[in-house]
Amino acid sequence: MIKDILKEVEELDAAITAARDAALAADPADELMGNEHTAPDLEAMEARRDQLLNSCTELTAADRVFLARHQGRPRIDEYIDVLFTDFFEQRGDRQCREDPSILGGIARYKGLPVTVIGHRKGSNTEENLRYNFGMPGPEGYRKALRLMKQAEKFGRPIITFIDTPGAYPGKEAEERGQGEAIARNLAEMSGLTVPVISIVTGEGSSGGALGLGVANRILMLENAVYSVLSPEGFASILWKDSSRSGEACDIMKLTAHDLQQDGIVEEVIPEPLGGAQRDHKALFTALDAALERHLTQLCKLGGKALAEQRYKKYRQIGL
Amino acid sequence: MDVGKIFAVGSRERMFQLKARRDAGLDSPRWQPPHYFTCKKCERRATRQTWAGTLYVCPNCGHHQPIGGYYRLSMVLDHGSFKELDADVQGENVLDFPGYDEKLDAQRAKTGLSDAVVTATGKVGGVPVVAAVLDSRFFMGSMGTAVGEKITRAVEFAAKKELPLIIFSASGGARMQEGIFSLMQMAKTSAAIQRFQAKGGLYISYLTHPTTGGVTASFASLGDITLAEPDALIGFAGPRVIEQTIGQKLPKGFQHAEYLLDHGFVDQVVPRGEMKATLTRILKLHTQGRKHGA
Ligand SMILES: [Zn+2]
Repeated sequence: MIKDILKEVEELDAAITAARDAALAADPADELMGNEHTAPDLEAMEARRDQLLNSCTELTAADRVFLARHQGRPRIDEYIDVLFTDFFEQRGDRQCREDPSILGGIARYKGLPVTVIGHRKGSNTEENLRYNFGMPGPEGYRKALRLMKQAEKFGRPIITFIDTPGAYPGKEAEERGQGEAIARNLAEMSGLTVPVISIVTGEGSSGGALGLGVANRILMLENAVYSVLSPEGFASILWKDSSRSGEACDIMKLTAHDLQQDGIVEEVIPEPLGGAQRDHKALFTALDAALERHLTQLCKLGGKALAEQRYKKYRQIGL
Repeated sequence: MDVGKIFAVGSRERMFQLKARRDAGLDSPRWQPPHYFTCKKCERRATRQTWAGTLYVCPNCGHHQPIGGYYRLSMVLDHGSFKELDADVQGENVLDFPGYDEKLDAQRAKTGLSDAVVTATGKVGGVPVVAAVLDSRFFMGSMGTAVGEKITRAVEFAAKKELPLIIFSASGGARMQEGIFSLMQMAKTSAAIQRFQAKGGLYISYLTHPTTGGVTASFASLGDITLAEPDALIGFAGPRVIEQTIGQKLPKGFQHAEYLLDHGFVDQVVPRGEMKATLTRILKLHTQGRKHGA
């Protein structure tokens, strides 16, 4: 299990750092002596860690679900920070309220003004609570739609980041039309006359994910997952037993490679060994290159062709 | 007139009426008189004939029982106008889900349906339409690839022939056994509706008990006109999931048709007995002065 491997890797990481710090802090006069004692240890620990990480090339679907939900994964604000410049946040759905579980606004991508929208989960418990764990209500989807229609008006490409356990199943969310809000986004997104690229960065669960995801191109991080429902929900509905979620993971075909094979995802973005949480920078470099390539290709198409291509992409999924 | 064509219409209508009677429980292969049916709400028992006489609306409590696809169409379409679309399209075991093939076969045998939706052309009050009915007896009316494809084809057909579209929804949501492919049918059907409406097409969404999950979050919520049957459960998340999430009981009537009416998501709640007259009125309000293809 990746969970146990990562635990050992993290322990080794800490031990290696401590050993290095100790070596650095040591009196230069004792360096020769110190080297004799710490260097072999350090090498052995590094070798063991690399060996563990290299065993991460063959991950199970359940492993990837674990990684997709890892608290240390990059979040929407970090993606915006690193990949874009001049981000201007836009808030509110202009009807009812501001839903912070979706973050959106205008930014520049390599100089080009674009609209960026994504689920916001937060990186610690306090943030998780503030952003409702990235589970939007209808207001979040309506804000997203407002921003997308505006992007269309001003000819800006749209880039969405998907990372949600699902739309929020709450009382107010239902009263204000959670289903209608998602449906409207699906319909409107399908007709947009600007490029739309969606990037599945963590867990893409059910209609709550799709509500930001009707795109010309879908990119998916190697350890992200995308599914009709969470594996726990799937197991609980089909087998009345949520503890069989591991089994569900294997059947659901929810990994990036599965989805690429099924023609739903256009490109899988490689992650560092052991998961994106281990090296954000390496992930951003890979993602940036892919994003630029796809955006350049799409920007060559006219508005009608973009809508047509998007329609056809979804039209041929299934029978 | 072509005699062969008259005969074709005649036999098609006979087959349709047979299926509708079977749906209504009046012609089941295992029919043995007297065949009783019990109201799902107040448990009033009556013969199938009595129920058919009230369109399966409970004479005691007014509860609208879920009904089969062909039966629903027989209530709505003008006699002799029914023509089924894409009857041969059926779902596949796209995930190789264990036991799904067998379950599909069993559902087909039980209901006489190929999957959870019947799509057809016909006339309502003389107005040609495309109609689709989700059938909750088949895998709870859930949307997998077959439902998504048939709905999409029906919408595209309506767009091509410039016909109004009526969809009667009744669904537990996405078909879990078809995984991500089911989820993507939400985008596919919604995109088709969007195109149809952008071209000026009229779409009447008729919500029946129950309409939930991925069907609510796609085509069912996109009607130009949205109607609902009395007391129908309509929502995105199921009541039990919501109660678990918020840790409290939901108020009585929550997510029911009248509740949605109060919250602005339904134009009118229409009892089954007024279904055809209401649809006819709406259709005629949209067809006057406009030419429609046959
Ligand atoms: Zn009753």
